[in-house]
Amino acid sequence: MPQLNPLDWAPQLIWLVITFGLLYGLMKWVALPRIGSLIETRQAHIARDLEAADRLRRETQEAIAAYEQALAEAKQRAHAIAEEGRIKAKEEVAAERGRLETMLNAKTADAEARIHAAKSSALKEVDAVAVEVAAEIVRKLIGVAPSKPEIAKAVAAAREE
Amino acid sequence: MVEAEAAAEGAHGGATSLPNPMHQFEIKRYLDIHPFGIDASFTNSALFMVIAACLITLFTLYATRKRELVPSRVQSVAEISYEFVANMVRDNVGTSGMQYFPFIFTLFMFVLALNLLGMMPYSFTVTSHIIVTFALAAFVFLGVTLIGFIKHGVKFLKLFVPSGVPVVMLPLLVVIEVISYLTRPLSLSVRLFANMMAGHTMLKVFGAFVVALGLLGGWAPLAFMVGFTGLEILVAFLQAYVFAILTCIYLNDALHMHH
Repeated sequence: MPQLNPLDWAPQLIWLVITFGLLYGLMKWVALPRIGSLIETRQAHIARDLEAADRLRRETQEAIAAYEQALAEAKQRAHAIAEEGRIKAKEEVAAERGRLETMLNAKTADAEARIHAAKSSALKEVDAVAVEVAAEIVRKLIGVAPSKPEIAKAVAAAREE
Repeated sequence: MVEAEAAAEGAHGGATSLPNPMHQFEIKRYLDIHPFGIDASFTNSALFMVIAACLITLFTLYATRKRELVPSRVQSVAEISYEFVANMVRDNVGTSGMQYFPFIFTLFMFVLALNLLGMMPYSFTVTSHIIVTFALAAFVFLGVTLIGFIKHGVKFLKLFVPSGVPVVMLPLLVVIEVISYLTRPLSLSVRLFANMMAGHTMLKVFGAFVVALGLLGGWAPLAFMVGFTGLEILVAFLQAYVFAILTCIYLNDALHMHH
């Protein structure tokens, strides 16, 4: 077994120390810091991006909340305005109706008064005619002209029946 | 025709003298260097250690040359290996172990590169030499023990005293604990070395079978070799991982002592 030849050990050990020592130095002070900084930079970048994404998401949620609040407020206001309008319209309608009703009532009352007046005047005329006719009838029948107040009394009594 | 027969005979004759499967593990000196009388020759083993170190350095630097936020494929691989080892250290040792992360990373990548380089034809598998794996394991063992004593002082010896055990049993159990602690570098190094050596020896033996059995019978060992090569690549990864994670576990024992 060539491995067990002690004469070959010294050169192998010496070159092992040289190459391993140099490689260790190069790795420790050159290569590994480079790779390590690369990985750290990337992780920092990813962390920063994630944080930014989180912040944006939070901002979006806030914006959505604000929008929804504004929408709710607007809806409420619209509702109030509509309600107000409805009440106002109702009041106007009521007022108009009242005005019309009073006007109609006035007209009705006026007309009724006029009818009443016409009726009474007509009745008076009827009474006068009835008195004259009754006096004429009585005169023709018995040839005696009755006194006017008696006839008027008799006519009024007959009308009362 | 005569020449072809002779060639076939030669191939068949080779069956009696199959190539030595251990030949691939031989150390070849390319450059004799002897400073202060110590043999520091540049060998094939040293060459592959240098190649592995260069490949790892070039890979990590090339992968991170653009520093892209969205990583390219090669940058992704570098980041994945970083995260893989970092998670291994974090899970097994905790955040206090992260100061040893560069060492674990270097260890993992170095062993992995050496194992994988060994899978290339005509290459040399550095980790198939017990002296290399033992040196790494011994360094880990000594370092971890030192860290334990620096961190806990004499209390570190409590690691060898299991809690909730009858006093009568303690002497025996302490001896067992000490032995198991001292065999850590051995088991750590032998596991890697034996896996590598066994795998490569197998490949070589079956490679020799392919040549020996020729066009007619060589297909069976060849098919086996294809599958076995895949398994060996898995083993290369697995052994590097096992080496690194056991180092993490030993480090955790030294730092936190919850045994």
